[in-house]
Amino acid sequence: MRPELGHGSSSATDRRLNALLRHLSSSSSPMDSRDSISASPTSGFQNDSVFSHVVRGPEDPILGVTVAYNKDPSPNKLNLGVGAYRTEEGKPLVLNVVRKAEQLLVNDRSRIKEYLPIVGLAEFNKLSAKLIFGADSPAIRENRITTVQCLSGTGSLRVGAEFLAKHYHQRTIYIPLPTWGNHTKVFNLAGLSVKSYRYYDPATRGLNFQGLLEDLGSAPSGAIVLLHACAHNPTGVDPTLDQWERIRQLMRSKGLLPFFDSAYQGFASGSLDADAQSVRMFVADGGECLAAQSYAKNMGLYGERVGALSIVCKTADVASRVESQLKLVIRPMYSNPPIHGASIVATILRDRNLYNEWTIELKAMADRIISMRHQLSDALRARSTPGDWSHIIKQIGMFTFTGLNSKQVAFMTKEYHIYMTSDGRISMAGLSSKTVPHLADAIHAAVSRVV
Amino acid sequence: MWRYMMRRYSSSTSARKLGLWWDRVGPAMKDPITGVTESFLADSSPNKINLGVGAYRDDEGKPVVLRCVREAEARIAGSEFLESVSAAVSSKFVEESVKLVYGNDSDVVKEGRVAGVQALSGTGACRLFAEFQRHFHPDSRIYLPDPTWSNHHNIWKDAQVPERTFHYYDHDSKGLNFSALIDDVKNAQDGSFFLLHPCAHNPTGVDPTEEQWREISYQFKVKNHFPFFDMAYQGFASGNLDKDARAIRIFLEDDHLVGCAQSFAKNMGLYGHRVGCLSVLCADSNQVGSIRSQLQRIARAMYSSPPVHGVLLVSTILSDPYLKSLWIEELKTMANRIRGMRTTLQDSLERLDSPLNWDHITNQVGMFCFSGLTPDQIDRLAREFHIYMTRDGRISMAGVTTGNVSYLANAIHETTRSDQEAKILCNA
Repeated sequence: MRPELGHGSSSATDRRLNALLRHLSSSSSPMDSRDSISASPTSGFQNDSVFSHVVRGPEDPILGVTVAYNKDPSPNKLNLGVGAYRTEEGKPLVLNVVRKAEQLLVNDRSRIKEYLPIVGLAEFNKLSAKLIFGADSPAIRENRITTVQCLSGTGSLRVGAEFLAKHYHQRTIYIPLPTWGNHTKVFNLAGLSVKSYRYYDPATRGLNFQGLLEDLGSAPSGAIVLLHACAHNPTGVDPTLDQWERIRQLMRSKGLLPFFDSAYQGFASGSLDADAQSVRMFVADGGECLAAQSYAKNMGLYGERVGALSIVCKTADVASRVESQLKLVIRPMYSNPPIHGASIVATILRDRNLYNEWTIELKAMADRIISMRHQLSDALRARSTPGDWSHIIKQIGMFTFTGLNSKQVAFMTKEYHIYMTSDGRISMAGLSSKTVPHLADAIHAAVSRVV
Repeated sequence: MWRYMMRRYSSSTSARKLGLWWDRVGPAMKDPITGVTESFLADSSPNKINLGVGAYRDDEGKPVVLRCVREAEARIAGSEFLESVSAAVSSKFVEESVKLVYGNDSDVVKEGRVAGVQALSGTGACRLFAEFQRHFHPDSRIYLPDPTWSNHHNIWKDAQVPERTFHYYDHDSKGLNFSALIDDVKNAQDGSFFLLHPCAHNPTGVDPTEEQWREISYQFKVKNHFPFFDMAYQGFASGNLDKDARAIRIFLEDDHLVGCAQSFAKNMGLYGHRVGCLSVLCADSNQVGSIRSQLQRIARAMYSSPPVHGVLLVSTILSDPYLKSLWIEELKTMANRIRGMRTTLQDSLERLDSPLNWDHITNQVGMFCFSGLTPDQIDRLAREFHIYMTRDGRISMAGVTTGNVSYLANAIHETTRSDQEAKILCNA
């Protein structure tokens, strides 16, 4: 009955033929057998997946480091890749205050799991805005800010970028060189094109301030500019307050739209207010800006995906209209944000005692990282390692941009089982007093033997 | 040219000075579904009924947290997993989820041919697939049933995949327009992408019969169409998980390589946790890694990874035989309550001597009833009776209780008794 279909007799083909025979011989089949289609080459008998042309996507370079680390059997291996905080014992940390908040939530039998509104948990949004803009911010008082709960920093950036791609007259965003590896992909997929401005100076391992001013100065009026609020990732190089002021003046004079990525508030200096100065400076001049906030690091809530996007507008009316449009971006993406992480954050931020406890634990994390910086710097000095390593102390936040090149990095991985991204970025959070000597040895060897 | 440039410069300067960058931003239309809840919340009447959003309510009209969920939550509280889902939990979650859809003993699962990733509930799973579809089949479009969940249109639109609709609901019979559906399937270009609701169609509650599914599957085979299933109500339609997955399993018998978005929002009551799974079947297990990596890449640029808590809850429940059987029992209870309310509502309307035919209330399946009410009648129900539903006449049966069903029946009767159509039907 069925002609040869020109395929090999794999069992899959047999299954397909049997399925067809079932249809054609079934007496209860309502279809007219005269309508049965002969096996033309384009009809559905190849049963190749329509996605068989899909090739494997490249490993995410940052997450790929952990994958490689996990495969390494050496007992001396050290993971300085992903920016997730580790204790002195090299363990992930769940903050005590987070455990407390979670227990409160679990014990509260009146809690339900209904959908959050599209913009998320209202109380969380209010408290998040206060956290970054300051409780006394005039922009908050004047209702000029719309804050929507999003999925951590990534989600906040994506929602903000999609909103801009839909409603803003400029479709280009300027990002610092270098920046977090995922920024470009987030903005591109949101519909923005990406340009860069000079930021890091390899010669000084500090800020290329002149280059930054020149590049922002020649950006078209109204262009969007991504700014790391503090603890620049990956370099750890932040502008001083004076430099921020000059950046602010330049940007306002050219009508450039600031989009802050605040992933480390409290982590950089240990002070939540100090780490928000750059953002508050821009808000204080009455102008508009966007800010993406993440609670991944500063509350250790990485996996729960808690964050917020705020858009500071000129008037309350504009903020309200903007919010309604943000909802239209969110609804076709995931409808509404997840409830658990935001509930934990709200529980902590609203309670004076829990909030204070949090600030103490946060400062402890920041202090440990600063201590690691000093220990590493001391260890390199003790070994008389060639080069100027003062940037280890000067750089801020979770990461140090060592200045090691990719060959040196590869050497350190091969010979010393030390894992980091190939741009030479190390996560200080992955270090401990015990492992600093090993790292110092590796850096010393790399710098002496590999050029 | 110069004047043009001057005009542009001065308008952008003045716009900048006045901070009018957002002037053109108009207020967005309210979401047709969540907007209903907003109106309901603003109403102060003690008799108000919310028949809008499809979230389950118990017979007191209260939201429910399942016992299996509370237990799972108590077990995982204080666990270390706040950083990210471990690979073990993640793959366990996907493994158990896809077994629910495709069957514990399905070949595709046994042969390792399912590329599955966690997703942000059903919406997120659909959006991931839509982006994946656009990336790898940039010239394709999506066929959506008419009608479908309103957000389906937005999802594929924001993923920049153009849409077409195919015939589905027949307004006259309040059932399936099967012949028109099959015609649309046949007339579509070979290799088209179709979105199908495997059970408890939203918003109509109208599902194909098993025979009809077989025919649809056969025609899909002939045309080499890609079937994408949005499974939001597995377990809610009949009370039985396997029965509700029958449509998909029929397609599997015909060797279709389907895609499926799964949601645990309704059937586990995990609405706010955003837990779901997107799976794409592969011809062989080698493809699985590639497809997963591409899906994860899309997710990474959107939100990086889904929240741990929900995944952990589902994985805990599905991997524990006691919790899983408790879940199945609770799911049945929910489905039975809804079916009971359908019967009661229809009986009440018939006892009021309503001139209209209300068979569709019990013929339709799942959480929703496509009532056939007109926008005017719906407005009147809101205004006079404080009863809220979406403007397409979709009623969420989960919002109906023994406490409010009489009030609801009366209100519907009042609103429809003077209907011209009623007079015609009376005389027919």
